[in-house]
Amino acid sequence: MRRLMEGSEAIAEAALAAGCRFFAGYPMTPFTELLESFAAKLPALGGACLNAESEIEAIGMAWGAAATGARAATGSTGQGLALMQESLSELTRAELPLVVFNMARGQGDYFQATRGGGHGDYRLIVLAPIDVGEAVALTREAFELAERWRNPVLVMGDYLLAHTQEAVEAHADEIPPPPPRAWAADGTGGGRKRPRHVSSLGTTPGSKGIDPESFWKRIQAKHEAIAAAEPRFEAESVEDAELLVVAFGSLARFARHAVRELRSEGLRVGYFRPITLWPFPSEALARAAAQVRRIAVLEQNAGQMIDDVRLAVLGAAPVLGIGGISTDASGFGIGALLDPEGVRARIQGAVQ
Amino acid sequence: MSERTATRTGEFLPRLQLSPDHDLCPGCGEPLVLRLILELIEELGLAERAIGVVGIGCYTALAPLIDLDLIQALHGRAPSLATGAKRMRPEALLFTLQGDGDMVNEGLQEVIHTAARGEAVTCILLNNGVFGETGGHMTATTVLGQRTKNTIEGRSAAQHGHPIQLCEMIAPLGGAAYVARGSVHDAANVSRTRRMLRRAFETQLSGSGFSLVEVLTMCPTGWFVPTAKGPGYLDEVLGAVHRVGELKRDGVLIAR
Repeated sequence: MRRLMEGSEAIAEAALAAGCRFFAGYPMTPFTELLESFAAKLPALGGACLNAESEIEAIGMAWGAAATGARAATGSTGQGLALMQESLSELTRAELPLVVFNMARGQGDYFQATRGGGHGDYRLIVLAPIDVGEAVALTREAFELAERWRNPVLVMGDYLLAHTQEAVEAHADEIPPPPPRAWAADGTGGGRKRPRHVSSLGTTPGSKGIDPESFWKRIQAKHEAIAAAEPRFEAESVEDAELLVVAFGSLARFARHAVRELRSEGLRVGYFRPITLWPFPSEALARAAAQVRRIAVLEQNAGQMIDDVRLAVLGAAPVLGIGGISTDASGFGIGALLDPEGVRARIQGAVQ
Repeated sequence: MSERTATRTGEFLPRLQLSPDHDLCPGCGEPLVLRLILELIEELGLAERAIGVVGIGCYTALAPLIDLDLIQALHGRAPSLATGAKRMRPEALLFTLQGDGDMVNEGLQEVIHTAARGEAVTCILLNNGVFGETGGHMTATTVLGQRTKNTIEGRSAAQHGHPIQLCEMIAPLGGAAYVARGSVHDAANVSRTRRMLRRAFETQLSGSGFSLVEVLTMCPTGWFVPTAKGPGYLDEVLGAVHRVGELKRDGVLIAR
């Protein structure tokens, strides 16, 4: 059954349907409604939603819940995610499945999501849905990916996604509850010389020191495997395109609409959207860009994803930015760029 | 006075300790506290329903010795991890193991809110008044006059501020059910601390709220005193400011 739901509520419902039973957060626009939805719905399912004292505690609480084997999530806005960076990086080394939502203000957190501000070598899987329907599907997938790879997964949304109402499938099939996990510190493992230590330090119960091969280098190899296996993208009209428009998240919806219109008018434009911001679909983009004359990157920031586009095509075609910082005085990322006519004009300008 | 050969407790390995070997300095008080915790958990029959959350400090090196399910936390963050774990495993005994740098410096907000929330977890503070792992630097609990590597002439109120007495800060909070400060500088205080830890665990299991046990531990290396003088230094210097005793029991403040 399809129901009209605000993005935040739809995402929370999708997370609960995926078996998420723990959430912790700290209010911040435009993430607040996601926290409200979890707070309203989790207790009835036997789960817990905690109003954390800060984003640092929010991710700490979710970390503790995930370490016991529960499906857990947290989230914030980019500013709050900034406070979580230390934990996000450490969680990859603790190899914990945790889903993290960033309801960002605009698209200025692309670097934060894909490069991160944490310490050491680490990677987060980053999913960027284009609309509420895809956000529902990718939320479910986020939990699956987090468990498959035992790595945190970041779902990137924005003000538009959080607050837009769309008709979406209300009830997906529930993912079965997590089976008892051999690694989970659920409290039952003591006294038999084989305790479960969920640690980001690389130590092993009963022995001393850290083996770099089985710790840091093994995790690096895992991230290389993720990079090979998980890139996702959407492409349209790329076969004979002279101009390729690359965009992600909510803004890609405007780009896709404009490209379809311009195509129907005979303009040879194509559309490419990374769904995974990491791993970035570099090979697919290089293929899509093989015959284009020019690549236009539409993003709502000062130019961040454009670096990944340039790395993907390695000089095969000129790459120009046609987006930019765009917000009203609130700073929440709703600005003049979010306008179909304006986006169309920018794409047309790039053709010339 | 009769004399007897000292009992070498090192020869009696707690059943929940995987190895007698540890890398902490001679004279350190932290392994004593670990022993108390492990013996108590065994005594209470909780080995298969206990989760420890370990902070970052010298005692982190003890973690691989522990035959219990454990979660390693970042510096200061153990109380929020314990909170999340407890909410998902309410039947488990949740305890944190944190030093004064971890709990009172970097993570002070965490322990305060966890206590105020009345979270059914037990936070255990190993307080030696210095960052031992870095080689003896000032923490929030370093007492006035105490020499550390970054208060080389001694901690001065004017320049470095006053020490925080954590138990006194936590005890008045509504969610705190049991708050006590023990010490391991002599046998009598070791036994007393053991009783405090037992009451804290019992408080948690009864569901009546948050419990905190602070334990003063020797750090002769970080204090720059001979190993044998550690217990006396603890009693005279740290113990004079961080006074040993129960501050709150069954949710009721104790007059001191």
